[in-house]
Amino acid sequence: MERHLAVIEREEPRIGAFLRVTEDLARSQAAEADRRLASGEGVTPLTGIPLAIKDVICVAGVETTAGSRILSGFRPPYDATVIARLREAGAVFLGMTNCDEFAMGSSTENSGYHPTRNPHDPSRVPGGSSGGSAAAVASGEAVYALGTDTGGSIRQPAALCGVVGMKPTYGRVSRYGLIAFASSLDQIGPFATGVRDAALVLQAVSGPDPRDATSADRPVDVLSELEAGVEGLRLGVPREYFQVEGMEPGVKATVERALLVLERAGAELVEVSLPHTDYGLAAYYIIAPAECSSNLARFDSVRYGLRVEGENLLETYLRTRRQGFGPEVRRRIMLGTYALSAGYYDAYYLRAQKVRTLIARDFEQAFLHCDAIVSATSPVVAFPLGAKLADPLAMYLNDVLTLGGNLAGLPGVSVPCGTSEGLPVGLQVLAPQWRDATALRVARAYEVARD
Amino acid sequence: MSLTAEDVRHVAMLARLGLEPGEEEFYAAQLGAILAHIDRLRELDTEAIPPTAQAVPLPARMREDEPRPGLSQERALANAPAAREGYFVVGAIQEAEP
Amino acid sequence: MTDSRWEAVIGLEVHAQLATRSKMFCSCPTDYLGAPPNTNVCEVCLGLPGVLPVINRRAVELTVRTALALGCRIARHTRFDRKNYFYPDLPKGYQISQYELPIGREGRLEVNGRTVRITRVHLEEDTGKLLHAGDALETAGESLVDLNRAGVPLMEIVSEPDLTGADEARDYAVTLREILRAIGASEADMEKGQLRAEANVSVRPRGSTELGVKTELKNINSFRFLQRAVEHEIRRQIRLLESGGVVVQETRGWSEAEQRTFSQRTKEYAQDYRYFPEPDLPPLELDPAWVERLRASLPELPPARRRRLVEQYGLPEFDAGQLTLDAATADLFEATVAAGAPPKQVANWIIGSRPSLAPEHLAELIRLVVEGTINREQGLQVLEEAQASGRPPGELVRERGLTQVSDEAALAGVIERVLAENPRAVADVRAGRQQAIGALLGQVRQATGGRANMKLATEMLRRRLGS
Repeated sequence: MERHLAVIEREEPRIGAFLRVTEDLARSQAAEADRRLASGEGVTPLTGIPLAIKDVICVAGVETTAGSRILSGFRPPYDATVIARLREAGAVFLGMTNCDEFAMGSSTENSGYHPTRNPHDPSRVPGGSSGGSAAAVASGEAVYALGTDTGGSIRQPAALCGVVGMKPTYGRVSRYGLIAFASSLDQIGPFATGVRDAALVLQAVSGPDPRDATSADRPVDVLSELEAGVEGLRLGVPREYFQVEGMEPGVKATVERALLVLERAGAELVEVSLPHTDYGLAAYYIIAPAECSSNLARFDSVRYGLRVEGENLLETYLRTRRQGFGPEVRRRIMLGTYALSAGYYDAYYLRAQKVRTLIARDFEQAFLHCDAIVSATSPVVAFPLGAKLADPLAMYLNDVLTLGGNLAGLPGVSVPCGTSEGLPVGLQVLAPQWRDATALRVARAYEVARD
Repeated sequence: MSLTAEDVRHVAMLARLGLEPGEEEFYAAQLGAILAHIDRLRELDTEAIPPTAQAVPLPARMREDEPRPGLSQERALANAPAAREGYFVVGAIQEAEP
Repeated sequence: MTDSRWEAVIGLEVHAQLATRSKMFCSCPTDYLGAPPNTNVCEVCLGLPGVLPVINRRAVELTVRTALALGCRIARHTRFDRKNYFYPDLPKGYQISQYELPIGREGRLEVNGRTVRITRVHLEEDTGKLLHAGDALETAGESLVDLNRAGVPLMEIVSEPDLTGADEARDYAVTLREILRAIGASEADMEKGQLRAEANVSVRPRGSTELGVKTELKNINSFRFLQRAVEHEIRRQIRLLESGGVVVQETRGWSEAEQRTFSQRTKEYAQDYRYFPEPDLPPLELDPAWVERLRASLPELPPARRRRLVEQYGLPEFDAGQLTLDAATADLFEATVAAGAPPKQVANWIIGSRPSLAPEHLAELIRLVVEGTINREQGLQVLEEAQASGRPPGELVRERGLTQVSDEAALAGVIERVLAENPRAVADVRAGRQQAIGALLGQVRQATGGRANMKLATEMLRRRLGS
């Protein structure tokens, strides 16, 4: 643990993965873990292992801000369920990692505090929104990290930073204590350097939670198939995912080589179709902003958070929210409010929900022909800081291969599969709902075959 | 669909987001561009398609009606920008829209 | 409404706090009344970042019971929606409510023999409370927020605009309260804010089928105020229309002090609540078998019981109404009659203040009075003792020697003594002033220590004085 605090001290000026390092907490937890390890009681695979936590997951008594100025100084009086489970397991909390404000973004440049840099090239972004968590693991600051994925916010930064990241099936991990962006899409998941570690973390934080009505009461078996290999598995290759707008040839070529590795390992590659791929982004950018416009209404300066006083309450609302939220968050709140407002609900929100049905059906159809779907995680490698800030739509296109998994509630893993232009490329494995074990199995098999 | 400055003002007020001078036009253009992409949803015939609000079918889990103590007043107010005598304090309320 | 040229059209929206022990979406207790501010809260009902709602099963059950009692169709598939608006008493910036798929719809409630249609019955969460020193809320320099009430389960019952007058509006609310209490859905105490009514009022020329412009009356916290506010508002609208004015669609409050309604919003603006399905809660499937079990468990409801008491026991309407104000009173009535006491006498003994006596004992007591063993006054004395000791009235009567004096010879002696001692009263009676006989009877009662059979004594006195 001291070793990791030293790495943090060395790397942070270059990377900026953390918003807050909780040294005192980490040291006391490490001491407690040592006691457990000495006595042999209460020891789990995570006991004494240091992790980093995305700043959207509430840790009791530790400032948790969702990367936003509006929550500056906010100390939750309660633990998120995943945090309570990790405490129980004897984990060591290194601190809160940087992210796009309220997890809205694909580069971590929308943080209300500072940008995070890609450990592979500090002039480039780490991806986002969980860029701090991905960078912390990639730079060796943390052994593993927690992130959240609403449209690709774990998988895309994992790909850009060259680490493993997983978004579980919606409902696999409790969202209680996760500061909501889009409630029907958000899931918490792990980052690690290898698939096995990611699976161990997922195993530890999964399972039903009486405080989250959308957490599923299902057995947690994510480790069961891990080393089973891909021999005999059919892997679907969606043709639309290789033709998306902005797909870099280097990324495409790298992923195609990875598919050959899987084929040589015994998998059967089958072509599948996800015909509504071109509509995913549009549906996502109605549904996620609509939910966020409502989820972020609670930041009204009454009970917590920033207050910018005006001459009356309405003025205080307007000023606080204008100054407390950054431009991307304001943009999405406006977009979502518009999509739900009288006269536009049917044309935008309801229609997007119907298209969500079509996209989920695409996956159901595809999974009739394969056990998992493989593709690139991101159509591009890490891009320079500032490159896409002026063009929201260009930024949104980073998520085009990942957001389908969120709309359909699927488990998805991104595993490093080589480089393009010297920068990491991620292979995405999507599996049917509740087949988290299969997604991890394919990713693990790739990892074994690659090495 | 294009957005007018008036639309932007209306939406910003619904969302309680203050606008700085000139932002109506800025947002009208920027949100307009995003909506131009989103408008491709109209190409699809969704008449007979049911909407999906939640992708994973889950049974509604309810809790039993058993009270448990919550937070102390001190902890409840700990993060408040302004509090007095156990209450959160807010500024003058004006019912009407400006 | 007294004006024959106009008729009123009234619909009521009633909010009732459900009688649960914990809040709608978290486990905080619901007994917030009198608690210091913000002591009945947790991270969920404070709307802290990251929290999630979990549905209180009992609240759903009580809402289904209510909807069944009102004859509603019960939804097979229902769900919660978010109603989005900003107000400091609404912690999350949205209220979890039901919009498209309420638990119950298309019900009815019989009020004084007329059927009022119920549009919908749905479940939602209550808001917190705002306090402000001195000034009105809209003009106070600042307000204080107490969230103890935030998240208490609230049921909304909406009627069609089928009510035609202020009295009927009040009677509708009273009848609804009876039902809510009878099925245990709500304590429904208006003064405590457990029952809140909003009235939509409009008037139109009698016979017209078009609806006039309506106003919405709020801030009504008693049945009397409801009746007065609606009555006043109808008169106001008629006056306005007759003088060539127009009714403005707006929210109006009721000032009991000034006995008038007043406009609550100067600038009217359309609310846009942006309802959408609550993504934190899966849709709710109401199992028809469960719903049927709830239906079977419903008690007989006050209106039906009232009718039955009239038919079965030959009671006057008034008595039946009084007895069915709460289920316990009606239960005691029926059990006491079953234990062998005459119905009308039982009603007389119960109405007004319900004795806390076993039905067998109450029946025994009433029989002792009816059969003349003791008089009514003694009966009340015995009742008090029986309530205190729990012993059978017959035993008490024997023990205290409380039997009344019905022996003519004994009474005649007393009467002669009283006549001799009160010549003035005797002269008055003989002079035709009948009321003087009361004074003489009082003396007889006193002389026997309250034990005289007064019926017999009256008869004898009249005979003796030839009056």
